[in-house]
Amino acid sequence: MDDNYIKHRYAPIIPSKDEWPVVKLARERREFVKKVADLAESRVLGLTGKNHEILKEELETTLYREKLRVKQNPWAVDPYDEDSFWNEVRSSLLQVNTDLSLDKNKRFQAYQKILHRITSRYAEEIASNFKASHYKFTRSVVTYGFSRLLNAARVKGIKSIFSNQYSLQDKIQITGQTDQIRDLATKGTIVMVPTHFSNLDSILIGWIISVLGMPPFIYGAGLNLFNISIFAYFMNALGAYKVDRRKKNLMYLETLKTYSKEAIQFGCHSLFFPGGTRSRSGMIESKLKLGLLSTAIEAQRANFQNGINDISGKIFIVPVTINYHFVLEAPSLIRDHLSSTGQERYYKENDEFSTSYKIFKFLLKFFTKGSDISVSIGRAMDVLGNYVDQDGNSLDKRGRQIDTRDYFISDGKITVDQQREEEYTHMLGKRIVEEFHKINRVFSSHLVAFVGFELIKAKNNKLDIFDLIRLPEEYISISYEEFKVACQRVMDRILELKAQGMIDIAPHMKRTMDEIITHGIDNVGMYHAKRPLIRDNQGYITTEDMSLLYFYHNRLHGYGLEKLF
Amino acid sequence: MALRNSSKPKRIGVVGVGSFGTAIANMLAEKNEVMVYARKEEVVEEINTAHRTSGREIHPAIRATFSPEALCKSCNVLFFMIPSSAFLEVVRNFGPFLYPYHLIIHGTKGLALNLGPNDSLETVQKLKRNQILTMSEVLLQETVAVRVGCLAGPNISKELSLGHPAATVIASRYNEVILEGQRLLRSEKFQVYGNSDIIGVELSGVLKNIIAIAAGALAGLGLGENAKGLLISRGLVEMVHLSKALGGSVQAVVGLAGIGDLVTTCNSVDSRNFTVGFRLAKGESLDQILGSMDEVAEGVNTIRVMDAFIKTAGIRAPITENLHRVLFEDLAIEDALQFLMKYPFSVDVDFV
Repeated sequence: MDDNYIKHRYAPIIPSKDEWPVVKLARERREFVKKVADLAESRVLGLTGKNHEILKEELETTLYREKLRVKQNPWAVDPYDEDSFWNEVRSSLLQVNTDLSLDKNKRFQAYQKILHRITSRYAEEIASNFKASHYKFTRSVVTYGFSRLLNAARVKGIKSIFSNQYSLQDKIQITGQTDQIRDLATKGTIVMVPTHFSNLDSILIGWIISVLGMPPFIYGAGLNLFNISIFAYFMNALGAYKVDRRKKNLMYLETLKTYSKEAIQFGCHSLFFPGGTRSRSGMIESKLKLGLLSTAIEAQRANFQNGINDISGKIFIVPVTINYHFVLEAPSLIRDHLSSTGQERYYKENDEFSTSYKIFKFLLKFFTKGSDISVSIGRAMDVLGNYVDQDGNSLDKRGRQIDTRDYFISDGKITVDQQREEEYTHMLGKRIVEEFHKINRVFSSHLVAFVGFELIKAKNNKLDIFDLIRLPEEYISISYEEFKVACQRVMDRILELKAQGMIDIAPHMKRTMDEIITHGIDNVGMYHAKRPLIRDNQGYITTEDMSLLYFYHNRLHGYGLEKLF
Repeated sequence: MALRNSSKPKRIGVVGVGSFGTAIANMLAEKNEVMVYARKEEVVEEINTAHRTSGREIHPAIRATFSPEALCKSCNVLFFMIPSSAFLEVVRNFGPFLYPYHLIIHGTKGLALNLGPNDSLETVQKLKRNQILTMSEVLLQETVAVRVGCLAGPNISKELSLGHPAATVIASRYNEVILEGQRLLRSEKFQVYGNSDIIGVELSGVLKNIIAIAAGALAGLGLGENAKGLLISRGLVEMVHLSKALGGSVQAVVGLAGIGDLVTTCNSVDSRNFTVGFRLAKGESLDQILGSMDEVAEGVNTIRVMDAFIKTAGIRAPITENLHRVLFEDLAIEDALQFLMKYPFSVDVDFV
């Protein structure tokens, strides 16, 4: 991967916004929602084997859970008629259950009717509210506002407000296969899969997509974000559809998957955060949520079934990593991670972005002080994880051209095999994780945090992570010389890995080791009240917050670098 | 793609015409059109004209070819029935002609090593799991085929050829591979079970060869049925532990491909692994024995690989470790037996 950051704004690949897939989808929203509801309904019917007893049970489970949710975990964004809707469902269910005059078929039809009401409601709720005018407005607010802030901070004097000396692209560096993704976006459908560390990621990625001149991508954003009005506006403008993590019932999940699959088939470029949620530990995601990923594979197979065998029906998976020196939410994320009992439903939603004011404060900090972000765009792959060439043809490990369609063929015909596609989803997930590690860019702050934590751990090798984070401060100090030697050792290994194409580094890593260390310590988690890594008065390296150090250290987890200690 | 243009029904491919390959090809040929691959031109000629090879009858409808390309073009389903020593080479020859629509089922019991180009088992200090490949992992690494399965179980070729009742396991992560294997092979004399743990099933078939050598040694020492019962039971425990350490499940080992095959192999005096053990106990050296066998007994290689893995992983496997000492470190077989009898196995079963 070359070191040249993309500094210019690309020309749009589709100039007329009427041609944007997401605009077309918004125009046909009503029909699309109906289609999703109908398809989701038939999927649920398929899963219940058209057995009225099983269907009844699923309906009752859903009703029970939804009633519980409405009562125990209401959100501001919930529609006002939640309660009355589920009450109606309950009474219709009761009516069917007690009506003894119904025969098996009639009963089934009655249940199906209730199912249809539910999937329709869900589909309507999930669907995005994209408006091109809002999108344009948001984009210019983001770009204009951000660069004003940036210049105000960096250029001295009264004219600073109007200076254009610095642009957002000095701050947020884009690197990697940008030409390929632009090119493929005009030919087929892109599914972008970025790493996820911060709530800012969605806005950041949205902005990057627009810098690259691509039409907006649709993506599933946590419904909790829509609780905050400023986010809700941005999300809607960016083409977000809503994912409600409180709803784990079959009908909701099937509707959601159907929505994603149909939107991809419609030609909408999509964005999934395949980790499902922000990485709590600070590690690059290693276990991906496969639910949405499977919809990319399903959509690809459906395109082949419909006879779209050329590139227009091809789906490209593009991994992206976002690298920060600083993650605003780090303290609460790592707290969640450490206290997590492994059961997702117990974690509390975080609070850093809970009000518009806090977001504004963060943005101000972010732009007025230098903390760079780099975004690496990976090589595009087909839905089985094979790299593709510039014409979108899949290539096997030896560079031979292969046809993705062949993966879905048995006995010469395209077949639908859910179990097979589950396996393919696992394979794709593994490939994405591999690619994340390859395109991940090491920053100075990652290096120093990693080395700092590992040295402390090595000195206290009897302690596990929970004892380590409670270690008294006097036990934590590393002489600069020792620290530097260890940094060099890790750096050498990183350079070896880079030579094998297993990792990437930021350009500032080419300075001398002393400069890298200073840069790293200055930048690692720079806005936290307690800094993960500092140099004290005597020049020793120490930490003010061990768990934060652990969080930033984790970024280099998964490369076997621990073995150097 | 041009390869799919022919509309005539595809044949079933069998790669390798050793005793097992021939037996499977003949069974497949009862219900399907079959094409076999042999490396040597004269063998192909013999099969196509005389319908026999190496003294074994071949179903007259079976066509033979020596071209990997021709076989891959004519077949969607391929059975790889080749000795493990040749497996990698043959798979590499087929690689350029295989596509993702091919289904591959292999019947090879062995392990391959995934080392750097200049490394061998002698030069590496440690042998980790990712440096050991089962045959399905070889297929996934070397070809673009993903729908891969394996065939394992107590299947002595001679008995299959005679049409005696028998059964096998087809293991694959893909249900469609299992179903296709069952459809093709199942008959009133041949039962086919399915298992989704392909690694566990492959490892069962591989690890049981170690125990088969030990069984031959017991027979060579003139020990009786009590000793054999002891060996089979302790051998099964060891197989479970090794298989788990390599990523297989307990279930696979206690199934047909594990204990089923273990009992058969420990009683089959003709098997190569059994013979190695038997002749060792009679006082021959490993070099003498291997020098007089036309093919390497698979268990010998498996013991070397597993011994290196055991040492790296820090686990204990007394039967494998002691056989390694007998084979490669000049321990007398009686001493190894003594060692095993004194070994503190106090727990009978600790894996269920």
